[in-house]
Amino acid sequence: MSDKVLMKGNEALAEAAIQAGCRLFFGYPITPQTELAAYMAKKMPKVDGLFLQAESEVAAINMVYGAAGAGARVMTSSSSPGVSLKQEGISYIAGADLPCVIINIVRGGPGLGGIQPAQSDYFQATKGGGHGDYHLIVLAPSSVQEMVELTSLAFDLGDIYRMPVMIMGDGALGQMMEPISFDDVKKYEVPEKTWATTGTKMKRKRNIINSLYITPDELEELVWEREKKYDVIRANEARAEEYMTEDADYIIAAYGTTARIAKNAIKTLREQGIKAGLIRPITLWPFPSDVFNKAADTAKAFLSVEMSTGQMVEDVKLAVNGKKDVFFFGRTGGMVPTPAEIVEKIKEIDGGVK
Amino acid sequence: MSKTNEVIIAGFGGQGILFAGKVLAYGGLMCDKEVSWLPSYGPEMRGGTANCHIIISDAPIGSPIITEPNVLIAMNKPSLDKFENAVVSGGTIIVDSSLIDRKVERDDVNVFYIPATQMALDMDASKMANMIILGKLIKEADVLTYDELKKGLEKCVPPSKADLIDFNMKVIDAGYNY
Amino acid sequence: MAKVFERPHALSDVSLHYCPGCTHGIIHRLVAEAIDELGIEGKTIGVAPVGCSVFAYNYFECDMQQAAHGRAPAVATGIKRANTDNVVFTYQGDGDLAAIGTAETVHAATRGENITVIFVNNAIYGMTGGQMAPTSLVGQVTQTTPYGRKTETQGYPIRVCEMLSTLDGTAYAERVSVDDIKNIKKAKAAIKKAFEYQIDKKGFSIVEVLSTCPTNWGLSPKEAIQWLRDNMMEVYPLGVYKDKGADK
Repeated sequence: MSDKVLMKGNEALAEAAIQAGCRLFFGYPITPQTELAAYMAKKMPKVDGLFLQAESEVAAINMVYGAAGAGARVMTSSSSPGVSLKQEGISYIAGADLPCVIINIVRGGPGLGGIQPAQSDYFQATKGGGHGDYHLIVLAPSSVQEMVELTSLAFDLGDIYRMPVMIMGDGALGQMMEPISFDDVKKYEVPEKTWATTGTKMKRKRNIINSLYITPDELEELVWEREKKYDVIRANEARAEEYMTEDADYIIAAYGTTARIAKNAIKTLREQGIKAGLIRPITLWPFPSDVFNKAADTAKAFLSVEMSTGQMVEDVKLAVNGKKDVFFFGRTGGMVPTPAEIVEKIKEIDGGVK
Repeated sequence: MSKTNEVIIAGFGGQGILFAGKVLAYGGLMCDKEVSWLPSYGPEMRGGTANCHIIISDAPIGSPIITEPNVLIAMNKPSLDKFENAVVSGGTIIVDSSLIDRKVERDDVNVFYIPATQMALDMDASKMANMIILGKLIKEADVLTYDELKKGLEKCVPPSKADLIDFNMKVIDAGYNY
Repeated sequence: MAKVFERPHALSDVSLHYCPGCTHGIIHRLVAEAIDELGIEGKTIGVAPVGCSVFAYNYFECDMQQAAHGRAPAVATGIKRANTDNVVFTYQGDGDLAAIGTAETVHAATRGENITVIFVNNAIYGMTGGQMAPTSLVGQVTQTTPYGRKTETQGYPIRVCEMLSTLDGTAYAERVSVDDIKNIKKAKAAIKKAFEYQIDKKGFSIVEVLSTCPTNWGLSPKEAIQWLRDNMMEVYPLGVYKDKGADK
């Protein structure tokens, strides 16, 4: 008898956030993250928490900034157009070294785009998005259970490294139900937030949350200091799943929903005698470059499969570093690649490479 | 040999498509299978076609998006038109013949016609054609056993509405025995 | 010898960067005095804006956060909601509050967000060198209205207290000035009252302070004070626009 329950990805993520101690949620309505905010609106009052519907995504992310600066575990969620609006606040949050969790249930773009699943915000999430030298830790779950686990991880990593963490999902992951369990979700030790603006109580010097440094040498020093932190994260926090890569001639790079579709394709290819495997980045930043670089010693070629016109493929190429050819296959605008399309593409590469 | 069922239930919004899918998914969960449930979403949910992809498998599930179902439940004509050709050869199509006036054109699939909507109306359960058709499904296709479906239903119905389970099972029985 | 005058504890012992004759210094002092008198420095968090008062985080001894341009009320909302027993204030100029941050201002007010807003209205963007503000007067010459603000192209000044007073969430809205001793005393009383309303959880409180910008107005400090009296007070009449406490 199973003690698992079925939950929609969006709702599971919200519940995982609450279980991770998040008691403040600021959001603005947008499809397809709706269930997440609705779950928060229903559940937060019952755990003495707050759900606040802001007047805009801009306001919501700045509320997150304030609450994060005040030491709270805080979260906001949105979808692509809304996340574009949040970029100002995200840059400030990164610049003030504040931890928070930002959810992007990605939909087709640019502009208002569509509401179906997409991965076309990869550049925005991993290469900046807002202004300045900064990074987010970007986590990409590919199952509802992983949405639960990575949400908890997102809060912990944010607190450990004092930085914003983004979870990138898509409408399919957000809407689908799978069995999940909240038991055994790993928790990390996090440092005390001695820097938070909780009031001096007249017992300590004031804390200042700020990203303004008007003298350039001071700002440069601080930005390089932060870069050192990013190097630590690059070295320690890159995560990937390898699936049938050991003997693989062809390695598919795919994350999130697309990685699951790729697994179906890999099964079919192997039935037909073509040895394919998958490297699924779980952290999009830091990108698991080493895993790809190592695989490039034995694989014949790589194929990045994305719901975009080719974004992650650039990181795959950087990681493979010219050792092998890197190909791309993508659907975009809310269209989802099919296993058959991936199989065909690999066969095409197989024909050309030999 | 692992067994995987990939079921698409499709019809109009309001026919209980998503709930029927949920009952199946919970049925799978209750007997420790891997399951996934994926609804279509967006504007088309209102008044247009609604569909739901349910996978029940002995093995971990890859894509939750079904491109080649082995079972199709069609509860209106647009759904049959849309998915008929996607069904794998040797698969099963169950058709609500109260609402679909045409026959399945393929001859390489197992087809079952059941006037689910009319039967539900006759039982004074106008919105329960979905349960009639689930009854027919488990009889004709190797997706879940009768007991597994019942367990799934029990898990789906909130405790406050537990008194509805018996009636639901009566409706399922009608479909099962048709 | 008895000390008759000293720096408020809540005001940092540093030189302010403001131009000679600018009234920001007076307003900073009034805020610090109110904090001292209410004994709330240890639980107060201030939010600095973008604009001339961007460095306010260096001038108050309480915990401070610096906000993006116009977002101070949203940031204050986050701080307040995280720790509702703390006292949270924003210190914002006219461009910050009434142009880029209008939505944040209006919605913090209509939510009855239990924060205090100190709104410094000097009818111009100071830090960027004297551009037209939403509160610039009709005909006022600025860098971006070199021929004077024309209503045909630049519309009309925004009256913030009047606008916010229509919202049910606003508990207290008063416009004051710091052009003379009498008005400075009134301004002090208003700022203190706004904090008291927050402590009593009455809702959103705002004190709009008419202020000068001698540098960008192109006037001497003395002339600037007179310009404020002669021109601003007519468009922005002083007074209480909303007082939920007095309504009872």
